[in-house]
Amino acid sequence: MRKEILDTSTLDSDGLKKIDAYIDNLSGNKEEQLIHVLHHAQQIFGYLPKNLQWYIAKQLDMPSAKVNGVVTFYSLFSEEPRGKYTVSVCMGTACFVKGAEKVLDRILELTDSQKGKMSDDGLFTVQDVRCIGACGLAPVVTINEKVYGNVKINEVDDIIRRYKRGEKHAS
Amino acid sequence: MRVESLDALKKWKDNIPSPDTKTIRILACAGTSCLSSDSDLIIERLKEQIEKHSLDTKVELVRTGCVRLCGQGPLLLMEPEEITYVKVHLDDVDEIVEKHLLNGETVERLLYTDPKRNEIIKAAKNMDFYKKQKRIALLNCGSIDPWNIEHYVQNDGYEALATVLAENSPQDVVDIIKESGLRGRGGGGFSTGMKWGFTLQEKSDEKYMICNADEGDPGAFMDRSIIEGDPHALIEAMVIGGYATGAKEGLIYIRAEYATSIEPLRKAIEDAREYGFLGENIFNSGFDFDLEIKLGAGAFVCGEETALIHSMEGQRGEPSTKPPFPSQKGYRGKPSTVNNVETLANIPVILRKGAKWFSSIGTEESKGTKVFALAGNVRNIGLVEVPMGTTFREIVFEIGGGHPDGKDIKAIQIGGPSGGVITEEYFDTPIDYDSLDSIGAMMGSGGMIVMDEDSDMVEIAKFYLDFTQDESCGKCTPCRIGTKRMYEILERLTNMEGDPDDLERLRTLGENIQSSSLCGLGQSAPNPVLSTMEYFAEEYEAYAYRTKKTKYSVDPEKCIGCTKCKRVCPTDCISGDVRQAHTIDESECIACGACYDVCPKDAIIKP
Amino acid sequence: MKLIDKMINCTVNGMEITVEKGTSVLDAAAKAGVHIPTLCHLNLHDLNAVNQSANCRVCVVEDDNSGRLVPSCSQEVYDGMKIETDSMKAVMGRRTSLELLLSNHPQDCLTCVKNLDCELQSLAHEMNIKEIHYQGEKMQHPIDTTSQAIHKDPNKCIMCRRCITMCNDVQTVGVLSPLKRGFDVVVATAFHMDMGDTSCTYCGQCVSVCPTGALAEMDASSKVWKRLNNPKKHVIVQVAPAVRVALGEEFGYDPGEISTGKVVSALRRLGFDTVFDTNFGADLTIVEEAKELVDRIEKDGPLPMLTSCCPAWVQFIEQQFPELLDVPSTCKSPQSMVGSLAKTYYAEQNNIDPEDITMVSIMPCIAKKAEAAREELSVEGHYNVDYVLTTRELARMIKEAAIDFNTLRDGTFDQLLGESTGAAAIFGTTGGVIEAASRTAYEMVTGKELKQVDFKDLRGIDGIREATIEMNGTKLRIGIAHELGNARKLLEEIRDGKSHFDAIEIMACPGGCIGGGGQPYHHGDSNILKKRAESIYKIDLGTELRKSHENPMVKKVYKDFLGSPGSKRAKDLLHTTYSAKERI
Repeated sequence: MRKEILDTSTLDSDGLKKIDAYIDNLSGNKEEQLIHVLHHAQQIFGYLPKNLQWYIAKQLDMPSAKVNGVVTFYSLFSEEPRGKYTVSVCMGTACFVKGAEKVLDRILELTDSQKGKMSDDGLFTVQDVRCIGACGLAPVVTINEKVYGNVKINEVDDIIRRYKRGEKHAS
Repeated sequence: MRVESLDALKKWKDNIPSPDTKTIRILACAGTSCLSSDSDLIIERLKEQIEKHSLDTKVELVRTGCVRLCGQGPLLLMEPEEITYVKVHLDDVDEIVEKHLLNGETVERLLYTDPKRNEIIKAAKNMDFYKKQKRIALLNCGSIDPWNIEHYVQNDGYEALATVLAENSPQDVVDIIKESGLRGRGGGGFSTGMKWGFTLQEKSDEKYMICNADEGDPGAFMDRSIIEGDPHALIEAMVIGGYATGAKEGLIYIRAEYATSIEPLRKAIEDAREYGFLGENIFNSGFDFDLEIKLGAGAFVCGEETALIHSMEGQRGEPSTKPPFPSQKGYRGKPSTVNNVETLANIPVILRKGAKWFSSIGTEESKGTKVFALAGNVRNIGLVEVPMGTTFREIVFEIGGGHPDGKDIKAIQIGGPSGGVITEEYFDTPIDYDSLDSIGAMMGSGGMIVMDEDSDMVEIAKFYLDFTQDESCGKCTPCRIGTKRMYEILERLTNMEGDPDDLERLRTLGENIQSSSLCGLGQSAPNPVLSTMEYFAEEYEAYAYRTKKTKYSVDPEKCIGCTKCKRVCPTDCISGDVRQAHTIDESECIACGACYDVCPKDAIIKP
Repeated sequence: MKLIDKMINCTVNGMEITVEKGTSVLDAAAKAGVHIPTLCHLNLHDLNAVNQSANCRVCVVEDDNSGRLVPSCSQEVYDGMKIETDSMKAVMGRRTSLELLLSNHPQDCLTCVKNLDCELQSLAHEMNIKEIHYQGEKMQHPIDTTSQAIHKDPNKCIMCRRCITMCNDVQTVGVLSPLKRGFDVVVATAFHMDMGDTSCTYCGQCVSVCPTGALAEMDASSKVWKRLNNPKKHVIVQVAPAVRVALGEEFGYDPGEISTGKVVSALRRLGFDTVFDTNFGADLTIVEEAKELVDRIEKDGPLPMLTSCCPAWVQFIEQQFPELLDVPSTCKSPQSMVGSLAKTYYAEQNNIDPEDITMVSIMPCIAKKAEAAREELSVEGHYNVDYVLTTRELARMIKEAAIDFNTLRDGTFDQLLGESTGAAAIFGTTGGVIEAASRTAYEMVTGKELKQVDFKDLRGIDGIREATIEMNGTKLRIGIAHELGNARKLLEEIRDGKSHFDAIEIMACPGGCIGGGGQPYHHGDSNILKKRAESIYKIDLGTELRKSHENPMVKKVYKDFLGSPGSKRAKDLLHTTYSAKERI
């Protein structure tokens, strides 16, 4: 695994330059800004692969284990690649009591994926999320930025199909 | 333009044209709920239409923060009459422009209908939902444009800060806040004035003022609404807090999930700097203070103040043992004050109106108001700010309008994963920190979920435990392994695989986790279970003794034999001829509830 | 402040006591003669290694004023505090936490490496746990046996985090961190990398503080047994200086008891063909190192010269300061020197094919296992050392063979590599290597006899120490660091050009080799380390010859075989090279 981690040639070099620049611009204790650096890196690369985490550790002059400890602590950081569409099913109390779990199960079935793992076609990553503060619309599903409120189980097929179709037209 | 004194501030305020110079002011809610129902598109469309009809001089369109009646969004408030349009669609915009703006007519079909009396109510202030509310923390939310500093100044913004810096010593400010009786709105309810006093008395060259905006309780969104709807109030409070405690730097720790909240806040910070409300020598007082935003990354436990501090330091958000308290050793090991958003939002108002005024509101030990996020099986879903001492019944039945279908309300869950349930017999309890504590619940951040007769309290307790065991940082033993074991017992019970001994096991384990966990999250994690065990013991026993009915059945008295249920049943386990009472084969029933949802006569009996 | 202002009153189980302000509940209770069980707590405060994170919750006691449970390890006593260590609430809280830990622990105590030396096991006994009320899912992580040195079984981890304190705060190596959260939290390497792939120095301090069997040495005893049972193999063993002052603890002797003679006899009883002394290698190292130092001083550098006996420290500099690889001495460690000569000089003298020689070292150290596997430390395809056993592994082998250690007669080391001076003995403690080197360098530089051999300025327990030694008008400026975090400070000074030292001794472990990761467990008692160090100096004082270059066998080896210190042959056999390694 050592080789795989030390090899940063698989990472986009412009992206790495952006991270370098971001780190250079930080003032004060840079280690303290680790979470911000990780957010920034995830924005650029979409996720935080191991070699990227090692790279960040090196640039911040800190152990990779510490970086990895932070990445795996916070649920917004992903070590896995993510699908083109991130489908988030709100599992807040309001949504839960209105059947969000069934909605989630149905979406997983339709996208043929497992929770948190990208579907084989690279289109979807389906996840459950904590309350997003739109309880009036429970149950709520978001697909990237788009919010679907009052989602009924029989509407799910239609919504997912639209995204699948959209992809076909696009390519 | 730097504002150098209170006089200059007032002069500026007087020169801002008042809203009534235009005939119509539209307050368009852009809170999270409304945004997710396309309120941004509606606002865009309104803007186009206003321009198209050259109404710019006559109509002012204000994009506001949360107007609170989230269940009825998107909302438009038309001033000066305060005519309120609810559930507005993009398609409705042209009609609103045509009728309301151009012809002065009201679009009747978009008005709110009071479900109880079945009457149309034109103005928000006449709705039951708003009548009993009193706004302090949410004072400007939904009434001003959060992106526009002038709106805040127009509503007396930054006057408290200017006055404090000119007239009060830090100790004075601490004393005023103490006298006001303000207690922390995010958790245990500790006296804010005392907290500030502790940091003030610490001798240190560096101190920090920290705002906890890591609102993580499922079902609570008041902090988010304040940040989005009235960011300058938060900034003003932070500067005052910095002055009172001796901190020159302030940090706002905000959960990264709230990306849309961050933008207005960033803009507000920039504006505040430009006008000299942040930065060096604020109001020529010699006091320097600036603010920085720190992002979280998705961890509920970071709402605990020591965990939050570690997270701000770029580490895993694990709590550490107290003492030392943050006021002694906080961010970067320096004395720090941590207050949550709602607590801080009260500060400028208290200083403007006085401690006496504030302490006249509320109960003996809990002063002021509290914001609740009302949700679940209740008609009016949204944010509710009421004086402390308001009863559950008032909130749920008067403000909330009761159950949407008139079903019985079985319990109210308050305080999220740290809280407990309130049952009917306590609905008339005046809500304050101590009364909640005495009935085994907790204010928490103020999530209030209404549960009707169909709710399964064991399942709900399991839901909360799943949450806490997933969000446990894993540092201390009772929380790391104990909450997992509690969850496993609950799972065993709800799978009908438990036994009566599990109940005692669950209770003992819960009590020991409460007493021996390291931080507040762990100590309160068993609350949802222990409180439901106390009030709904029979539901637990039904699982433990495996007498719980899990399958659906048909009430032959009510069934009219319409066959709707038969047609939707995914396992074809419903039989019966047309116009004959149907029956469900329980051995095949998977309890999906599809029949229950389609039955027009309430003839399906839920397990 | 007057003493009276610093004192506060409290009660422990009803007994009134007066303690100094800032005293922990745990210490206050101890003062009252009340024992409170602890688990995650580790306090080697004089060595700067303190784990006080209050996470296991086993030490909770009731504060009678508030009715709340507080962790006694980290809670300070306040005036008027009423501590109840045996209230029902406290007992239940402790018991529940312990039961929960046990519910997530493999119950394979009988075959566990820590059987009867495990703090979790002792607590379960102490708290009378006969039933675990909360059963459920257990952790399931792969066991890591990929490194030469450290065996890691995360399923036995109780998340006390002592190892993390040692690895991150004390050693500043940072290979271990908690990953994930909640029930899934695990102490692991970055990305769950194999230990062998990380920047681990194998100092073994994580192992030496682990309360359970989650971290242990990679046991080489079965391989050694195999060689011992192979009549074709000539199995040689050597014993490091710090082993003889610690092994006795495993057999009921007081800490620091010197058992050199019994160790030798035990090794013979185990079937080793020849028993050499690593101390011989230490003397040889000093002669080579002193020569190198004198050369580097005369040739203007590079200075400072750093000692190179400690393998964890060598790993550390290769990974953390790759730009400074010209500062360590090129001398091999004593174990490698003995191994190197055993397979050349000794083999030649006794007509044994080096191929048939198995060299086994008994070391206080886990990193020596990884050192033995370094390719740089081989001659003509033969590793200098084949197997390394720690003090603990040797003790287990002696017990396994049912050798009654206590009644063994004293044996003596074999020649040719069995003679040593007092200078070699002190290699086992912090400051010892540089003191030994100073004794020899002094005479090399001045040509005069050194009368006062005790350089007391170099001794002690402070993490970083410095001293100056006068040699014919030139001043030799010496720095000493033990624990890698302290070494890092000195190295940063060298890197930044701020160093003012000529020679620096670095040992990775607290107190030096006597506190090595392979020594009998100290269970958080730093007095044990002090006793071992005292004995080391006692051995030195009791030895007739106390300067390495006076070792007659060392002289003989140079005369018969190596030529002079620093000769071509000495360079080939006794010196090594270093290479930079990427830090992960």
